[in-house]
This record gives sequence, structure tokens and C-alpha cells, in this order.
Amino acid sequence: MKLRLYRTMSLIRQFETAASRLMASGELAGFLHLSIGQEAVAAGVCDALDRDDYLTTTHRGHGHCLAKGANVRQMMAELFARAGGYCGGRSGSMHVADPALGILGANAIVGAGVPIALGGAFSAQVLGDARIAVTFFGEGAVAEGVVHESFNIAALSKLPIVFVCENNGYAEMTPVETHLRAASVTEYARPHRMPAESVDGNDVLAVRDAARRAVERARAGEGPTLLECRTYRWHGHFEGDAQGYRNAEEVDQWRTRDPLLVLRAHLDGTGDQLDAIDRACADEVADAIAWARVQPDASPDSLTAHVYRSKEVVA
Amino acid sequence: MTRRKYWQAINDALREELARDERVVLFGEDVGAPGGPFGATKGLFDEFGPVRVRDTPISEAAFTGMAVGSAMAGLRPVVEIMFLDFLPLALDQLANQAAKTCYLSMGHYSVPLTLRTMCGAHLGAGPQHSQNLEAWPASVPGLKVVWGGTPADAKGLLKSAVRDPDPVVVIESAGLWSARGDVPDDPDHVVPLGEAAIRTPGTDVTLACWGGMVPRADAAAAALAEDGISVEVLDLRTLLPMDSARILASVAATGRLVVAQDATGPGSVGSDVIRIVATQGFGSLRTAPELVTPPFAPVPFPPSLAQAYFPQESEIVAAVRRVMSKETVVA
Repeated sequence: MKLRLYRTMSLIRQFETAASRLMASGELAGFLHLSIGQEAVAAGVCDALDRDDYLTTTHRGHGHCLAKGANVRQMMAELFARAGGYCGGRSGSMHVADPALGILGANAIVGAGVPIALGGAFSAQVLGDARIAVTFFGEGAVAEGVVHESFNIAALSKLPIVFVCENNGYAEMTPVETHLRAASVTEYARPHRMPAESVDGNDVLAVRDAARRAVERARAGEGPTLLECRTYRWHGHFEGDAQGYRNAEEVDQWRTRDPLLVLRAHLDGTGDQLDAIDRACADEVADAIAWARVQPDASPDSLTAHVYRSKEVVA
Repeated sequence: MTRRKYWQAINDALREELARDERVVLFGEDVGAPGGPFGATKGLFDEFGPVRVRDTPISEAAFTGMAVGSAMAGLRPVVEIMFLDFLPLALDQLANQAAKTCYLSMGHYSVPLTLRTMCGAHLGAGPQHSQNLEAWPASVPGLKVVWGGTPADAKGLLKSAVRDPDPVVVIESAGLWSARGDVPDDPDHVVPLGEAAIRTPGTDVTLACWGGMVPRADAAAAALAEDGISVEVLDLRTLLPMDSARILASVAATGRLVVAQDATGPGSVGSDVIRIVATQGFGSLRTAPELVTPPFAPVPFPPSLAQAYFPQESEIVAAVRRVMSKETVVA
């Protein structure tokens, strides 16, 4: 299990490090929001889920989607604006969605994925199936009204959902002290009588344990849980962000608590195995890049494809 | 055929669709035990139970988002936004989420969501409960927008919306709530989305209208017929996608166009009808079209001012007479 968690984190690290490099070299264009440094949240939470459990995530969602099992080639092709991408290369990295994996979508609007996950949980309740829903959001999203509306509805209807707040200390470029009054996001669970837990988001084992408790509660019909994972974003809000709002010492200090190194410390005597995992993940990402590069570009012919499910809608 | 009031036709449509397909669920403010703020969901909570017919808190954004997610997950949710004026509270979930999901997922997901909302114009409900904001959803790729002007159309359009794989905004008229009309008894009576209806055939002028304007357009046409002016009343019924073919065919036959709407003019659906005719049917026009609208101002509360604000039969009649009095301006 620990090796599996390490592999998931390593894959996310390799994917995003490569994406950062490709953006810097000019091969990728547009917005790119990376979660390097936050891999333990994605890996720990998704490890507690079944394949068809529902998931929604954010503009910074590569890690969550990869941890849920999203196709690496299709994700990379989307960054390359290639027709083989998850959205045919038309939408960039913020919109991965995959019904086979219950991924109801990454989302470019802060907080907007939260009520959509509520819908996944609601459908499971109505249809009487065993699925649950997980929604990832940043602590910046906690300032959005729809998040609190969703807490209320989930608590009232005891919906099988886990709210995972990935608290990385910054809402885009603004430190948490400026945008939230509460010392912990878990305080917002109290008026909804919703269980809440705050964990070290750089310790994948702690995240996984807390996620399992929350998932079990949801599956047992005991309703929602709010999980706060305290972590840190090594890169800027987006690639190219000059980061004038924080100093290098702060970033360096968090780098010493690299989630991959934290887990390595729990895995004495497996260094060679872990190095091999890193190499295998690097190869998988290199394969995805090579595949993406040779895919055809998104074509203007696709501009009006899939605007509607029904045929022949002309406005 | 059965004689039904407008709201009863809506209630019938919901009952029939809930009975037909167990994936259909209803939620929104007061739609459960209270039976809906205006009775549209009356009896459905008792008949179909609290799992499928559910009251929500006053949280338009969250419950519309919940509808989006549950539609993606296999349900066919029907949500109620109490007044069209409250649509902005849910607009992110409607315009950025529901409308984009099929596109963003390359068609792997669809959002068979029906969003019912009421336009409170002619209810004396004031500036935040009476607005005709239909142009907002009607400008968003990925959405469909319908508005029935009769009980039969209200029912048939709503049933089509529930069965449609895409998100559909269904607008209903408070002003027509108690209006009676003949409604087909067939439980599969549906009005296809995207098809306008000729309510009254005519040869001199095309009078385009929809929703709450329909009865005043009908009355204007009847008054003009007494003076020998033959008005073709074209009820659009679906505002997005608009039935361009039927609009163009009607104007090709009459050569004249008047659009009457309860919405203000700039950026409106009526503007768009004129765009279609001006760009695709210019050669048919014998004279410039007219757009009959309220003044560009919020809706006033006092009944007397509301009467002055919304276009009445007399203003539509006057607009038709104007286009009849002018002659060919197009070479």
C-alpha cells in the first residue's frame, strides 16, 4: 500500500515537473496551474476511493485526476492542445472529465465543482447505490458562498460526500490570513454539525487514514465530512507567476517537508525500489509526451462538436 | 382533449414524467410538501415520496449545481428557480457548468437537466420579481430555452425538456397561470424543441411573440382582422435554438415584421429575430421591422405603472398599422 501511494505521488510529480519544463521551453501555451508539493493529498484521498466513486476537482486538479486513474496520455495531449486530449485539445488542463472513473470534472471556476459533487452524492442516494462523492477545493474556495450552501444541503440530506479542502495557504496570490478569519477551515463544519478533521497534508499516510474514516462514514449513510489537508504549493498560482507575494525561504522550508521524502522516511531499506518507481513514472510521462506530440492538432472543424448531445442544434 | 389551466398542465406534465421514468427527480424551494410556491408541484410529494421530490434550502447556486452533477450521474433532475429574476444566483452553474459539460467532455457526459422558472411579469410583483431575462440563457451555447404561451404548449414543452439530453431552461408565465386551454390527453404529448407555431395564419404582417405576450398578440391580431388587416401570429415557443426557417418563411410570405416582447430592447430575443430576418431575409422585407418593447427601465410595482410599462394590445396594433402604412423601402 505504501509503495502504491509512493507511485501515485511520483507519477504526479513527474507529470507536473515535465509540464512545467515544457511550458518554460515554450512548447506549451496558456494557463497551467501545478500542484507540485501537494501530491500527498491527491494520493492519500484517492487511495480510499473505489474506481467508480465520484470526484470533482479544481483548476489545480492534475494530481487528483491522475490519482483517480486518469489516462496520462490523454491528459498530456490536452496540455498540448491535441485532438487526442480529454477535450480534443480544446480546453486545456482545467477540464479533465472521465465517466469511467467517476470524474465529474476538473473545473476552472473556484468552488463550482463542490455542488456538482453534491449531485453525484445525491444520485447515489436516490438510486440506492454504494457510490460516494469526493470534492477537492482550495481554502480560497471557502470564501465562495456556494461552498457553504453545499455544506448545508449535504448535512441536511446526509449525502455521502467528503469535502476535501486542500489548504495550501494561498488563494491565488493572497495569503490565507487575508481571506479567511478562521484559524482552521474545519471551523466551518461546526454550524452544520458535520464531522471535520484537519491533517498534515504532506503526510500521505495521515491523509489516507483520515480519508478512509470519512469515506466509511459516507458509505455507512452517516453523511458528509469536511477534511482539511494542510499543505503547500511549491510553484506559483500559475506557471509564470512572479510570486512577489512570498519569499524563497518560505518555499525552501516547505521543500524540506516534501511529501515524497516524508513517505520515504517511512519506507526504510526500499530506496532502490523507490528509485525504480521514480524511473518508471518518468518513463510513463515521457511516453505520454511522445504520444501527445504526434497527435493531430485540435482542428477548427471541431469548434461546434459536442456543444449539445442532441443532434442538429443550430442557433 | 381536456380543458386545463396553465399551472395544471405543468403539474400534469411533471406527474406524467415522474411516473414514466424513475430517474426523474424534482427539487427546489418549497416544491415538496408545500406543493410549490404556486402549486405547480401540488400532490407530487405525496405521490412520489421524499426521495424523488425534495425541498431544498434557499440556495439556488448549490441546488442547481447538485442538479448538474446528478444529471451527469444518471438522474433526470427538474429543478425550480422560483422567479426568473433569481436565475443570476444560479447562473454560474447554468452557464459555466451545465452548458459546458457536454463540450468539455467531448460528449462523454451530457446534462439532461430541466430548470423550470417563472416570469412574474403582470403579477404586480415589482422590479425584482417581474423581469423578462430570457435573453440571458438564450445567448449561451449548450443551453436550450423554451416558453409556452398556452397550457398545451407549457405541458408539451416541459415534457420535451425532461426527455431531452441537454440542459433546458423552461420559462413559465405567472400572467397566464390561471388561463385555460385545451390540452391533449396523450401522455406522450410533447412539443418538439426548436419549432415555432403559427397561431393565426395571415398574409399582411408577421407578428412574432412568445410566452406572456402571446394573448396580447392574439388579441391585437383579432382587432386588426376586423379592419381587414391579416396578421400572422408566430409564437416562437423555443427561444434557443430559434426556428429561423419558420420565421423567414412567414416574413417571405407577408413582407412585414413586428416583434412584440415584454423584455426591454437592447440585447433581447426580439433583436435577434430581427437580426435573422435582416441578415437572411432582407429581400423579403417591404418595410423596416418594428420591435415593440417596454421602456429601458426596471419593472415598476404599481399596477397602473406596470400597465403603462408593458406593451399592451393597443401598442401592438399601432406598430402593425405603422408597418402597413409604409411602403417598400427595399430595392
